[in-house]
Formats: sequence, C-alpha cells, structure tokens
Amino acid sequence: MMRPHLAILQARIRVLLQYRAAAAAGFGTQLFWGFIRMMIFGAFYQSTSDPQPMTYEEVVTYIWLSQAMLVMMPWNVEEDVRELIRSGNVVYEMLRPVELYGLWFSRSLAFRFAPPLLRALPMFVIAGMFLGMSAPPSGASAAAWAAATLGALLVSASLTTLLSVSLLWTVTGEGVSRLVFSAVVFGSGLAVPIPLFPEWLQQILYFLPFRNLVDVPFRLYLGHIPPSQVWACLLHSAIWVAMLILAGKLLLNRGLRRMVIQGG
Amino acid sequence: MTADTQSIVEVEGLSKSYWIARREPGMAGAIRGLFRREYREVKALEDVSFCVKPGELIGYIGPNGAGKSTTVKILSGILVPDTGRCQVLGRVPWEERIETVQRIGVVFGQRTQLWWDLPVQETFELLIEIYRLCRTRTREVLKELQDLLDLGPLLDVPVRQLSLGQRMRCDLAAALIHEPRLLFLDEPTIGLDAVSKLAVRDFVKRLNRDRGVAVILTTHDLDDIEALCDRVLVLGEGKLLIDGSLADLRSRVTRLRSLTVDLVDEEAHFECPGATIHSREGHRVHLRFDPEQISTPELIGRIVASHSIRDLFVENPPIEEIVARLYGDYRLDGSGDARGA
Repeated sequence: MMRPHLAILQARIRVLLQYRAAAAAGFGTQLFWGFIRMMIFGAFYQSTSDPQPMTYEEVVTYIWLSQAMLVMMPWNVEEDVRELIRSGNVVYEMLRPVELYGLWFSRSLAFRFAPPLLRALPMFVIAGMFLGMSAPPSGASAAAWAAATLGALLVSASLTTLLSVSLLWTVTGEGVSRLVFSAVVFGSGLAVPIPLFPEWLQQILYFLPFRNLVDVPFRLYLGHIPPSQVWACLLHSAIWVAMLILAGKLLLNRGLRRMVIQGG
Repeated sequence: MTADTQSIVEVEGLSKSYWIARREPGMAGAIRGLFRREYREVKALEDVSFCVKPGELIGYIGPNGAGKSTTVKILSGILVPDTGRCQVLGRVPWEERIETVQRIGVVFGQRTQLWWDLPVQETFELLIEIYRLCRTRTREVLKELQDLLDLGPLLDVPVRQLSLGQRMRCDLAAALIHEPRLLFLDEPTIGLDAVSKLAVRDFVKRLNRDRGVAVILTTHDLDDIEALCDRVLVLGEGKLLIDGSLADLRSRVTRLRSLTVDLVDEEAHFECPGATIHSREGHRVHLRFDPEQISTPELIGRIVASHSIRDLFVENPPIEEIVARLYGDYRLDGSGDARGA
C-alpha cells in the first residue's frame, strides 16, 4: 500500500474505534441472536437421528464465530462514501491525486476491520468461557483460520467497495445492499453452514466468492476443512478479490464519466 | 514561445449539458415515470473560451445556475465536458486528473474538505500523506499558512465545532498545503460575516501578490470582485458574456450605483438633485446615482444637509442585476430561468 491509502486506512480505523457505544449495543444484539440460533439448531439436531455433516458442538462454535465476525460481512454500504456522494462532497475526493478506487477500497477495508475488532474479542472470551464455543483443534487449524480470515477481510472489502461504487447510480444504496446482504447471508454459510445444504447447491456455493467470508475460515477453525487445504482456499479468495477489484474499477470509471454534481 | 504556451489555463469552446429526468407531478406522473422517463437537456456551458496567465486574479461571476461551478469542476478534472478543448497547467484535466489535481488547489465554499470527526491538524497531516508531500518542507508551508490565516488556536479543535469563518480559513489552508500555482475559489465568502470576509479577501490578495498564485474566484459578492480582481469573466446561462476589467463591465451595463436612505420621518417629502428615486417603502428610500456626475460624499452631504436621516448606505447594483441587464430578454422578476423550455 502507498502513503495515501495507508493514511486513509489509519485515520478511518481511528475514527471507527471511537464508536464504542455502537459496539456495545451490537454486541448485545449479536449475543441475543446467537442464543436464538443455538436453540433453532438444537431443535433441528434433536429432531433427527441421521448423522449430519457437522456435529452439534461444531455448529455451536460456528454460530458464535459468525456472531463475532458479523460486522465484517459486506452487508451494508460504507457510511463515509455514502455521505460523500449524497452531499456531493465527492468532489473533494476527486481532487486528490490518487485513483479513487484505491481510496474507497482503503475506506472499505477500515470499515470491515475496525468494528469487528471491537466486537469479536469480547465475543470470543464470553462464548469461549460460558457458551460452548471451543478452541481450534490444532495450532495449524488456528493459523489456517487466521490466514483465511485475512482473505475474508479482503473479499469483504472488495464487495463493500463495489457497493460504494453502486452508489454513483443509486445514491442511497439501500436496494443494492439488501440484495448483496441476502446473497451474503445465504451464500456464505452465515445463516446455515454450507455442508447442511443439498449437494447440488453446495457445488454452486463453493464456486461463488461468498463462501470465503464464512464457510472457509470457520470450517478451517473447526478443523472441518483440514489445514492442509488452506492454500487452495486462499487461491480461491485471491482470484475472486482480483476479479471484484477489476469489476469495481471498471464500474467506477463508468460511473464517474456519467456523474453530475449539483451545486457549488 | 507562443502566447498559448504562456497561459496556465486555456479553455476553448467548452460545452456541457446535463440531462435532467422530468417527472410529471402527482401519483399518475410517478407511476408513468416507472415505465418511461423523459429527459430534458439543460445547457450548463455553451462554447466558453478564455485564457488565464500566470499570476492573474480573475473574478468569475454570474447568477445561480450560470455554469460557474461546472466550469471549475471541468477545469479541475472532476467533470468531463461534451465538447471543447481545455488545458490546465499544460494538461487536459479530465484525461490526466491525478497529475492536474496535484498542482491545483480548489475550495468549494459550500463544502469542506476537512475531516468532520478529526481535529484540523489531523486533516492537514492526512493531506500531507495523500499528496505525498515532503514532511519537513510542508511543516514550513503550514507554519506560514497558520500565521497568515491565524489558525493557531484552531488546530486542536474538531472540525464540527468550528464556525463557518474559522472553517473557511482552515479550508483555504488545506487547499494550499501542496503549494499549487493555481487556485480555484468557488464562492469562498458565501455565508461569512463581514470580518471573516475581509480576512479571506486579504489572504487571497496576499497569496496572489506575494506568491504569484493565479486565482480564479467565483462569487456573488461584487465587493469581493472590487477588492481583488483586475479581470472579470461574466457568465450567464452558460455563455461567456464579458471578459474584461471591472470598469468594462460597469460601463457595458450601467455606471449607476444605488444609495439607500432611512429617513426619520416616514411621511417626509424627499427630494435630491443629482439622484433619482428608484423606489420608496415607508421611511426607506432607494436612490440611483451616477458617480461620474456627483461623487458619493457630495451626494451624501447634500442629503444630510437637507433631510433628517437615521441611516444610509451605498451599494453596487447586485451582480444578478448586471448580468440580467446584459441579457436583453432576461426577466428581472426571477422567473427568467428560461433554460430548456
């Protein structure tokens, strides 16, 4: 990364880490939903005697992981860029001697990095101590999970930047982010772990980028995907990140050409 | 070297239209709009040409919607024109945006480039990184800007707590941190109180005189222009109407100035040789006079001698009025926005 990007990234992270009240409220909500999901899956596992692709204990850890990492998902638009576009202050963004895509990607990266940092750590502690979340089975699994989480962060940031770019057409971004949110919730394995989906759907979901957000890092954490497969997973993420960045850049350039900025 | 290569800004035949979606009012219109949208063309700029030489301080004026901001945005590489040629510091701004903006400064008076949540100082630090500036050199530049704009007490204040005048001073510094040779100021005095306006004017004047920074100043305030600019460009409905000195502008339109007098007695008869009464509302009388025929002090002397007054003030005709007069068919009642119709 270059100086401008690093500076934006740091400044945004600093600002976002100030939002501790939002983090506390979000933490409470995520705890609550975590309980509900535990009960739903508990009922599901009690109602069947067939062997399932994941054990209930694995699913519990999976649930708390996903509650901890929820705000890392590309489920909403980056607030700064939305405000820049709504107000027309995007003119100042375009007066910077830097490619706009890189600046917005830095903002997205900060936006997907800082808020989960505030929420994930306390969630790990509480869920680990009291709620049945278990540690990775081996150091290798832990390392693989960490690497895949970095990949997830980049996939999430590039999808978030794509959402930012879509604001050039839609201004509020409400509609597009709802669509992306649905795709993320189901496509990533956030709502239901992908191994519990029908076989044919699994094949599709394994191809798409969303699985790198949840399915890959969480199952590496559980050891459900062996740590030796981490390289293939990272390659899959890297290819998708490259394609998403390319798509974002192309769309951004098209959007800027047709842009109209009202007022002085 | 030809005359062209000496200019730092060259604009030739610049045109830009916007397409505005039109929706009929009411529910029926909204529903129809779902299926078929009608667009109407608004010509923001039509065949505008001018040049700027190094060190010039140019006033760029015109009523709301005349296309001033559009010009500034095209010159700074933000918008792409439909047709026309343009070079800023030897580059086509929208094709080489990054190289262009590295060397120009822009202030939009109605916006701020300061980071809302951070103290002013941190925005400056960020800009040093974003413009990839040398830190030691820029500290010197900042020190000078701080002295000139009296920013010392403001540096630790979060931007959201600054007053408009304070914010504008900080915005000016932010636009100059990378030492541009060319500065676009788009309504830098809008909404400012008298003291802040003077501070901004004084600073712009020094910047231009002492540093040789060329300035293109967009404003609605003719006093800004009178205080600062040797040359004025007047834009109306996207067309460049006048390119010349302020005196040119006045003589093309009217030399008349207006004097407003508040009389003590609402019923008093008012008469004043040398000035004509333009209108009267109760104790307030609006006069027009020609400063070539009677000097302002002399006129005021006459009025004070023959009437008991509470207050009086001299004004220039507002730019809107001047530009409106430049357009023969422009209606003065404000319904003159005939564009696209």
